[in-house]
Amino acid sequence: MVNLVIVSHSRRLAEGVKELATQMIFGAPDITTDATDANTDNTVQIVVAAGIPDEECDNATPYRLGSDALYIAQTIEQVWTQDGVLVLVDLGSAVLNTEMALDFLPPEMAGRCQISNAPLVEGAITAALEASLGHDLDTVNQAAESAAHIQKVSL
Amino acid sequence: MLVMVHIMNSEISASCIERWLLVFAERILEKKDYLTDLDAAIGDGDHGLNMARGVERLRERLGSKLVAAGRPLNAGLAAATEPADAETNIGVLLRTVAMTLISGVGGAAGALYGSFFLNAAKEAASLLKNGADPQRNISIAEFSQVLRSGLEGLKQRGKAGLDEKTMIDAFEPAIDALQDSIEQGEDATAAFTAACQAAEKGMQKTIGMQALKGRASYLGPRSIGHQDPGATSTFYLFEAARKAFA
Repeated sequence: MVNLVIVSHSRRLAEGVKELATQMIFGAPDITTDATDANTDNTVQIVVAAGIPDEECDNATPYRLGSDALYIAQTIEQVWTQDGVLVLVDLGSAVLNTEMALDFLPPEMAGRCQISNAPLVEGAITAALEASLGHDLDTVNQAAESAAHIQKVSL
Repeated sequence: MLVMVHIMNSEISASCIERWLLVFAERILEKKDYLTDLDAAIGDGDHGLNMARGVERLRERLGSKLVAAGRPLNAGLAAATEPADAETNIGVLLRTVAMTLISGVGGAAGALYGSFFLNAAKEAASLLKNGADPQRNISIAEFSQVLRSGLEGLKQRGKAGLDEKTMIDAFEPAIDALQDSIEQGEDATAAFTAACQAAEKGMQKTIGMQALKGRASYLGPRSIGHQDPGATSTFYLFEAARKAFA
């Protein structure tokens, strides 16, 4: 099953996206699921690699706004399987740091990861559903990316 | 030919590179608020803070090693041109710098400076691998080649070129000037002075540019009239190089 990694500058934004996307998982699990206690057999894992880990920052969580390539690489590694990982990103440097993260991973692992061009919220929701239906990485990403064309407001 | 002999003697050691980065760190910490102000005008306002955190980590990494090696920071050029200490070669050192900046700075600047130093480290490692002594110093011509590879890595990571209002607008003219000066047979002082001047000019040129990359690009034409914070921190990198190597 394809697993999802949410990369955002903001920890809270990513947690919210994860919360929304988890609702969409076919046979949805408890939304408290994370990488450490997930049922890895037949449930899509959605994990967050958001913010820059920083013990000294003033936020409520030990993360400041931004993205960190090493942290993203470690998070991908945690949920990677042969089925692959789809990474959903918010803004520019989240893309830069995810690309760098893939460079740090072994090539066989990076080769089964895709960075989605999808909009973060719609893409994550679509990908969670598609992944939970057991579709492969290409299919999940194509569906997520096509979410960019969903018409939100009826004309 | 005398000039050529002089160039051959202008060598860059690992401790010289450490000194460069410590001077850079000091300058970034001094200019932290200024960099943040520049970034607040057109970006997300975190460049000063992020760079400061990164160079503080860098100081911890490099500082402890220098003290351990018993080499005071202000020991001058004599110490700076000593052979690198046994456990460090220039490639390993540059790689350490890259990894420290990637997670220490974070964000786009961490990835971009990180890519610069990672590619520089790869180039240095391949230069040193082919010689008898992997701990050896490198010539300033080799150093210029190392920086050039770093720039290529940075451009590849950022998918950016000149005139897009990024750090490349300071990096590229500086490295061009350094290489030109060395090829013309000028000494380290002239070469690093030329690089520093070119970086400064490139940084100033970003004021008139419209941002095409990064958060500032969201502002469109409203980004014109502001100096790019990334190009500014890059100018400090070359200013530090002039102080450390010239």
